[in-house]
Amino acid sequence: MNTTDVMRSIIAILGKDVRSELRTRYAVNALLMFVVVTLSVILFSLAGETVARSVHAGLLWVVMFFAAMSGLARSFVAEEERGTTLTLQLLATPVSVYIGKLLFNTALTLLLNSFIVLLFLLFIPDFTPAQPGLFWTVVLLGGVAVSSATTIIAAIIARANTKGTLFPVLSFPILLPLLMSGISATKIAMEEQAWTSAWADLQLLGSYIVVVVTASILLFEHVWKD
Amino acid sequence: MLTVKVASVAKHFNRRPVFADVSFEVRAGEVFGIVGRNGSGKSTLLKIIAGVLTPSRGSVAYELDGVAVPPELLFRSIGFVAPYLMLFDEFSAAENIRLFAGVRGIPCPDSAASALLERVGLPTDREDPVRAFSSGMKQRLKLAFAILHRPPVLLFDEPISNLDSDGVATVHAIIREQRERGCVIIATNDQSDIAQCDRVQAVSSGA
Ligand SMILES: Nc1ncnc2c1ncn2[C@@H]1O[C@H](COP(=O)(O)OP(=O)(O)OP(=O)(O)O)[C@@H](O)[C@H]1O
Ligand SMILES: [Mg+2]
Repeated sequence: MNTTDVMRSIIAILGKDVRSELRTRYAVNALLMFVVVTLSVILFSLAGETVARSVHAGLLWVVMFFAAMSGLARSFVAEEERGTTLTLQLLATPVSVYIGKLLFNTALTLLLNSFIVLLFLLFIPDFTPAQPGLFWTVVLLGGVAVSSATTIIAAIIARANTKGTLFPVLSFPILLPLLMSGISATKIAMEEQAWTSAWADLQLLGSYIVVVVTASILLFEHVWKD
Repeated sequence: MLTVKVASVAKHFNRRPVFADVSFEVRAGEVFGIVGRNGSGKSTLLKIIAGVLTPSRGSVAYELDGVAVPPELLFRSIGFVAPYLMLFDEFSAAENIRLFAGVRGIPCPDSAASALLERVGLPTDREDPVRAFSSGMKQRLKLAFAILHRPPVLLFDEPISNLDSDGVATVHAIIREQRERGCVIIATNDQSDIAQCDRVQAVSSGA
C-alpha cells in the first residue's frame, strides 16, 4: 500500500462526501438554520446597542463553535445511520477514511466560519476587527482546530451505542484549550493590541491541531473496527 | 495460492456466547459453505473472516503464496455481499461503481462500469439514485461491489436473497468462475447455494 494509493482513496472519499452533501444538503441546511437563528437571537438581545469588542469575540466563538458542534457530528453518524460504515470498512484503510472525513469537515468549517464572520461584519453594530490579518488567521486556524477535534469525537460517538449524551461530556475537556486560546487571540485581533501578543495563542492552536490529528490517526483504527 | 485459516474462533456479545471454537481452512479453488439456524452466528462468523469484527478468541489468517496478508490490507483481497451491506443511496448505480473503484484506486472508465453492470444484469442507462432501486436490483449492485476489484476471496452472506432465477444463475456463475481466481465462503441455508459448495460446516450456539 503506497502513499499514492492512500492519497487516491482519501480524495475519493472526500469527493463522495462533497457530492453527497451537494445532493442531500444533510449538514449544510442544519448549519445555515443554526447560524441564522443564533444570529437573530444575538441581534434581538443587542437591540442596536454596541458592546465591547472583547464581547464580540466571545459572541463570534459561541456561534462558530456551536454551529460546528451541531453539524460536524453528522459526518460519521450519517454513515452509521445509513449502514454504510461496513461498506467503507470494506473499501479502504481506516486512515484513508479518517483523513477523508477530516478534510471534508475542515472544508465545511472554513466555509461556515467565513459565512458567520461575513454575517457578523454585516449585521452586528461596530463589529470591526482592528487587525483583519490576525483576525482571519485566528478564524481559519480555529476552524481547522475545531474540525480536527469534532471529527474524532464524532467518530467515537457514532460508533458508541449512546449517541446523544456522550458528545458534550466527551468534547468539553478536549475542546477547552482550543476555545481558550481561540477566544483570547480573537480578542487581541479585535482590539488594537500588537500582533505579537497573540503569538502564544496561535502557537497553541497550531500545536493543538498537530496533537489532535496525530492522536486521532492512532486512535481511529480502534474506534472504527468493532 | 491462497488459503484462509480460521483457527478456534469464538465470539460472544456481552458475555452471551454466539459460537465457540470454529476451525476450518479454505484453499484456492474451493467453495465453502457455512450453514446453521437463524441466529446461529453465520453472519457474525463471516464478518470476523472479513476482518471487520474482532473475534473474542481465536484468529483468522490469510496466506497468499505462503505470505501472510496484513490485516489492514485485507479489504483488497475480499469481496463481500450481505443483506446488511448498504450502498451509497444518493448515487446512481454507475456512480456507486465509479466510487468503489475510486476509493480502491482502480481505474474505471465508463466502458468498465457498464460492463460490470451488465455482468450483474443491471441496466446501464439508469441515472436515478440507488435509493429508488428494488431490493433485487440493490442485491445485484452489491454483487458488482464484491467482484469489481477481482478479489481472491469472496464472502457471500445469503447471496441470492431477493434475486429472480436469472439473478440466482448469475450468482452461481460468479461462484463457479471464482474457483479459478481463489475461493468463496458462503453463509446460507439455501439448497441451491449449498449445491455449489465442496464442503459445508455447520455453526451452532455452543458448538
Ligand atoms: N452487534 C451485535 N450485538 C449483540 N448481539 C449480536 C450482534 N450481532 C449479532 N448478535 C447476535 O449474535 C447471534 C448470531 O447472529 P448472526 O446475525 O450472526 O446470525 P445468523 O446465523 O447470520 O442468522 P440469520 O440466519 O438469521 O442470518 C444472534 O443471537 C444475534 O442476536
Ligand atoms: Mg445472517
